[in-house]
Amino acid sequence: MPAKGPRGKVHTVADRCKGCGFCIEFCPLKALRASGTMNRGGFHFPEIVTPDKCSGCNMCGMVCPDFAIWSEKLISEKDESES
Amino acid sequence: MKKQTKKETPLSIEPRPQNPIESLIRMERLPHMWCPGCGIGISMGAFARAVLESGIDQNLLSVVSGIGCTGRVAGYLRLDSFHTTHGRAIPFATGLKLANPKLKVVVYSGDGDLTSIGGNHLIHAARRNVDLTVILVNNLNYGMTGGQFGPTTPHEAFGTTAPYGNYEYPLNLPYLMDVCGANYVARWTVYHVRQLTRAMVEAMNKDGLSFIEVISPCPELYLRRNRLGDALQEMVYLKENSRIQNGAETRSVAIEQKRQEIIVGKFVDRERPGYIQAMDEHLGKAMGARYQRPSFWEK
Repeated sequence: MPAKGPRGKVHTVADRCKGCGFCIEFCPLKALRASGTMNRGGFHFPEIVTPDKCSGCNMCGMVCPDFAIWSEKLISEKDESES
Repeated sequence: MKKQTKKETPLSIEPRPQNPIESLIRMERLPHMWCPGCGIGISMGAFARAVLESGIDQNLLSVVSGIGCTGRVAGYLRLDSFHTTHGRAIPFATGLKLANPKLKVVVYSGDGDLTSIGGNHLIHAARRNVDLTVILVNNLNYGMTGGQFGPTTPHEAFGTTAPYGNYEYPLNLPYLMDVCGANYVARWTVYHVRQLTRAMVEAMNKDGLSFIEVISPCPELYLRRNRLGDALQEMVYLKENSRIQNGAETRSVAIEQKRQEIIVGKFVDRERPGYIQAMDEHLGKAMGARYQRPSFWEK
């Protein structure tokens, strides 16, 4: 039986974002989008659209110039898929 | 296991999630001064990840920067770092390495600092094959002073000091480093973060001079003045127009036009003896038993 639910988790620190959009463009699974709201600096920070899609590859974290987003692989998939 | 019901859940503040590379970055200094979309932050993140991946002792690692946008990296890294005068990052790093060869010394600076103001030092460090890792972030102009053209600006690109286009031809840095004798020469763009991180790990574990050129977008000055779009468009451009060619002939990898294919990869990886090894070997042979390493080296 294939594992269901998210395989990774995205963390964002909205106030560090400068809105360059690299994470949104280069997410291999297109799981991010620009938020409708703005952060302290007036930038549209990224938010996750479909948490189930995230694989925790950390591509967003690697291309972020401001260390504002990163993702981690979830060790235990069961705990998260319940919610 | 005790199961909490929803009513009993105590009021608590979730701890702020920690980016894994935060241990290497002075978070209290963020947000940094680089423009939105600047690639220097990406390269710095790649460097932090490379340090963590390689398992280098952080107490024996020091970062030396010159002046410029990239020169600020030394101030943002939570490592022993030094911000030198303009162009003199390599002389300082050479002295640091010779005073204490146990240290791993990384020179992290920009194209203007390392190739124009400190160009001579770069050439001679590669000729001597000093045991340094040089990471050169190339944003194709002088960023901090306002977009003047420099020795890496492509032909016919515009700059503050080249309002009708640059009529000079740029340096081909991998070729220069190759002919000067560096042990390791690679070029990656900030889009190739994984390869860049791997290259940094390789370079730091190598004796002799290792040189990595990192092509980075400069959205506010270079791209805007040349009407090449914003940082995101440039990143997509770098993704689509770069070709990985490991071991390519360095003579052919120049970036001379504003829009052209960028050849990236590991170009040179050879085993010439580094400066300290060459000194030991030669003086040991020439002086015989009289040769002693300096007592303060304590290797």
